[in-house]
Amino acid sequence: MLRSQNNTSIFYNVDWITVLTYLVLILMGWLNIYAAVYNEEHYIITDITQKYGKQLIWIGTSLLLALIILIIDENFYTAFAYFIFGAFLLANIAVPFLGREVKGSSSWFRFGDFGIQPAEFMKFAANLALAKFLSNQNIKIADYKSTIVSLLIIGIPAIIIMKMQNETGLAIVFVAFIFMLYREGLSVNYLLLGFLAIILFILALMINNLYLFIIIAALCAIALLFIKRNAKNLFIIAAIGIVACTMVRGTTYVYDHMEDHQKTRIDVLLGRGTVNLKDEGYNVNQAKIAIGSGGFLGKGYLQGTQTKYNFVPEQDTDFIFCTVGEEWGFLGSTFVIILELFLIIRLIFMAERQRSPFSRIYGYGVASVFFFHLTVNIGMTIGLAPVIGIPLPFFSYGGSSLWSFTILLFIFIKLDSKRLQILR
Amino acid sequence: MNQLSDRKYIIIGVFILVGLIYISRLFYIQVIDDTYKLDARNQAFRYTTEFPIRGYIYDRNNKLLVYNEAAYDLMVLPKNVKNIDTMDFCGLLGITKEQFLKKMKKAVQAPNSPRKESIFEKQLSPKDYASLQEVLYRFPGFFVQSRTLRKYPKKIAAHMLGYIGEADKRTTEKDSYYKEGDYLGISGIEKSYEKVLRGKKGMHIIMKDVNNRDMGSYMNGLYDTIAISGKPLTTTLDADLQEYAEQLMQNKIGSVVAIDPSTGEILAIVTSPTYDPNLFVGRARNKNFVELSHDSIGKPLFNRSTMASYPPGSTFKLVMALIGLNEGVLTADTRYPCARGYPPLGGRPKCHPHGSPMDLEGAIGTSCNSYFSYVFKSVIEDKTYNSTYKAYANWRDIATSFCLGTKTGSDLANELRGNVPSIGYYDKIFGKGSWKASTVISLGIGQNELGITPLQNANLVAIIANKGWYYTPHIVKAIDGNPNDTILDRFKVKHYTKIKDTAIYNIVIAGMAKAVEGGTAASLKIEGIPYCAKTGTAQNSGKDHSVFVCFAPKDNPKIAIGILIENAGFGSTYAGPIARLMMEKYLKGEITRPDLEKRMLEADLIHKTKNAEVTKQH
Ligand SMILES: [Zn+2]
Repeated sequence: MLRSQNNTSIFYNVDWITVLTYLVLILMGWLNIYAAVYNEEHYIITDITQKYGKQLIWIGTSLLLALIILIIDENFYTAFAYFIFGAFLLANIAVPFLGREVKGSSSWFRFGDFGIQPAEFMKFAANLALAKFLSNQNIKIADYKSTIVSLLIIGIPAIIIMKMQNETGLAIVFVAFIFMLYREGLSVNYLLLGFLAIILFILALMINNLYLFIIIAALCAIALLFIKRNAKNLFIIAAIGIVACTMVRGTTYVYDHMEDHQKTRIDVLLGRGTVNLKDEGYNVNQAKIAIGSGGFLGKGYLQGTQTKYNFVPEQDTDFIFCTVGEEWGFLGSTFVIILELFLIIRLIFMAERQRSPFSRIYGYGVASVFFFHLTVNIGMTIGLAPVIGIPLPFFSYGGSSLWSFTILLFIFIKLDSKRLQILR
Repeated sequence: MNQLSDRKYIIIGVFILVGLIYISRLFYIQVIDDTYKLDARNQAFRYTTEFPIRGYIYDRNNKLLVYNEAAYDLMVLPKNVKNIDTMDFCGLLGITKEQFLKKMKKAVQAPNSPRKESIFEKQLSPKDYASLQEVLYRFPGFFVQSRTLRKYPKKIAAHMLGYIGEADKRTTEKDSYYKEGDYLGISGIEKSYEKVLRGKKGMHIIMKDVNNRDMGSYMNGLYDTIAISGKPLTTTLDADLQEYAEQLMQNKIGSVVAIDPSTGEILAIVTSPTYDPNLFVGRARNKNFVELSHDSIGKPLFNRSTMASYPPGSTFKLVMALIGLNEGVLTADTRYPCARGYPPLGGRPKCHPHGSPMDLEGAIGTSCNSYFSYVFKSVIEDKTYNSTYKAYANWRDIATSFCLGTKTGSDLANELRGNVPSIGYYDKIFGKGSWKASTVISLGIGQNELGITPLQNANLVAIIANKGWYYTPHIVKAIDGNPNDTILDRFKVKHYTKIKDTAIYNIVIAGMAKAVEGGTAASLKIEGIPYCAKTGTAQNSGKDHSVFVCFAPKDNPKIAIGILIENAGFGSTYAGPIARLMMEKYLKGEITRPDLEKRMLEADLIHKTKNAEVTKQH
């Protein structure tokens, strides 16, 4: 006990602000799950036949996991980064063969009433592997070989999850690491190119392609007026123009080769054609109705009608934010967004204070993943992002996701608590 | 190195920017845009109406006239009708499959719709309701809504009470309180006291889940309103007198109105033929309505007491006498000759044989047409007015102050104005300046264009009984037991006629008393109760109407009656005896002339007239 005054306590140097934010978020999440699927016959919040009772089990086990992570020596994560990555990759490959298929999804290992989704854990595993790889002193991300390796660490799990498990949402999350790569030196050109691609993709679907070509040509012409007209610049602008036009054409190609449900999601988001509110537009419309009907102050806890009475689909998982919006109104939903962003930005500051590149890179990875989840999840409920089924960190019901977010976060908290010790 | 660490600002900037965009978007859909709130209400709430209990109606002695009986409409919401055993359902209701399909079709087509509840089967019998209610859960989309039906234990005063009916589109557009199919007063005091009787509907907000199941009351009923029951009405009607009068008026066409002159309270108001008000209730209502409206002779749906205009005939001679006395062109001793008619115009208007010349008292007693033609002429040609028209205007003015040619303002729905012709009216017919007293001489005997409703007739008697004033005749005494309800204030205002000298009335009243003591109504005396009366006829295209007005007792009158029986001849044959029996019944509570009563109860003028007409045609 006396020694605990020294550095040996597992809680020594733990960032309590982050831990506290985490605790507040999971508690709010739990109360919202209770409200979302509230059942008068089972009004006890700890009733484990109900989702809120089960969530309590997930919260308890998550706290246990957090404790274990804090106990384990921080060097374990660096030493076993690749091993962990490999192990979870194998688990993800195995799950379609070993797991039981439930509701067309083959991404679950089932244990009775409970299920585990290994894809969720791929996030922290990939994050560890990326941190390990990029923290190697001989690695410069500007080097295209390193870029390719990084993209493989991200891409392989994503493709496995998308193609083998048919979990598009969980796969798309891996895009989040782009923020971390950017921080570590990924060329801005890649980001601009990506950004341009997204803009052009949207424009190509909204505007007649011919007009778009004319606009691109006009922009190139205007650019020429303002820069020094030499061969090099001419070449660059011509290249950009051609790439842009190719992207526009490519969009049509990509769109045409999408699956129907993916097309409708994009159509719903962009308001293209006639969206049938009873069919493909139902989810988003109901989500907006639930959130919109909350007004400024909300209807009050347990007083939501849209979520509680099942108008909003998946109101306890992907659409949990609807309950927040309906019952807590604009004030409550703003508070949730601010609290989540507070945690994420706190993680960035923490990452920046690391001496060890491994810790910093890992921290950025956590922040990136959280941010991506936050943006897509809330964005889809308010009609600003396509409907991609990914959970809202700490709010959505589900053991795998809560465990996954907890592990992601607490490994970083552990690393952070040892930030003063050594350079890894 | 430093350059790269600066990238954190860009990253944080992007994160905060996204957060701001989301918060703005939330502000828009949650605070600015209302459409989502409306959508939420429409899909998650069901608004159910709680119908208040309609106020009961009592007579002046708290005898129940109208009460409610619960009825149950079977409602259907077509979009929720799923997987039901149609045969089973038809069996329960006792309808065929074809009928079922027809009803369902009706519920789905405009103006109904699959998403709108409508009545599937109206007013189930209590037996059907009891057996249906237990199994209704097996038929999703069907539910029962309770309604109140009006019931009339005494089966009297149908026209006065009126009836309730369903609100139609016009009503709902005019008054948003009503929804199509709601019940509201259509006629009678059900109409004129609609707002008092109806109470206030209650509204309950029931939450629904996505499968349209009821999930209980919203916010534990915080926004619900409870129905407020309608207030009961105490009428001025004497149910016993009304019932008796209706019996006496059986098989006669006409109307009797009895008023308490000291208060203006209507004691009885009979239109004959009448009908059992219970016929207008329930499922047979439409059938009965059509049947009654097909009776073209009796016209039982026609509310004669306030809606029929008759020439006042002999009754008006009383007003003529009052005006003559008031203008100083007539005294009690003035005598005029009669030669079976009015001599100056060659015996027109005609008169029946009697002694001549006569004074005023005698003229009232015999109802001499010649005498009152002279009086009319002297009033209209009164030199003090310089002009016939000015004198006519004055005459009309005074007549109108007796509530003639103008609505009495009673609380009975739909009252006719009647008519006292204006100068303009005659100018139009005869040309300006080209008519004079002799042109319109029959006004003096209550004929010509004069029109009066039976209610105005009775009120006129009440005015004479009161010697120059009246309270607006009314049928409601107290609302919710409170006689001082402000709605009733207007019935507490005394109205005076333009003739205020009680001595003038005394002369006319003496004449009326004489008619009972030894005149035309001598055979109708009531032992112990001296009363005043005036018999008469009102000329008509067919046989004359039988008219009788009276009030009793002579001093401090308690009841004034005006009665008119169509095509019944001289006043003392039918109208007089019925009025006499009513006075005795009201004042004594018993009848001393059972022979007269029997004769009146048995007299059948409707079917007799019909037969007479048939024989005439042959
Ligand atoms: Zn005569």
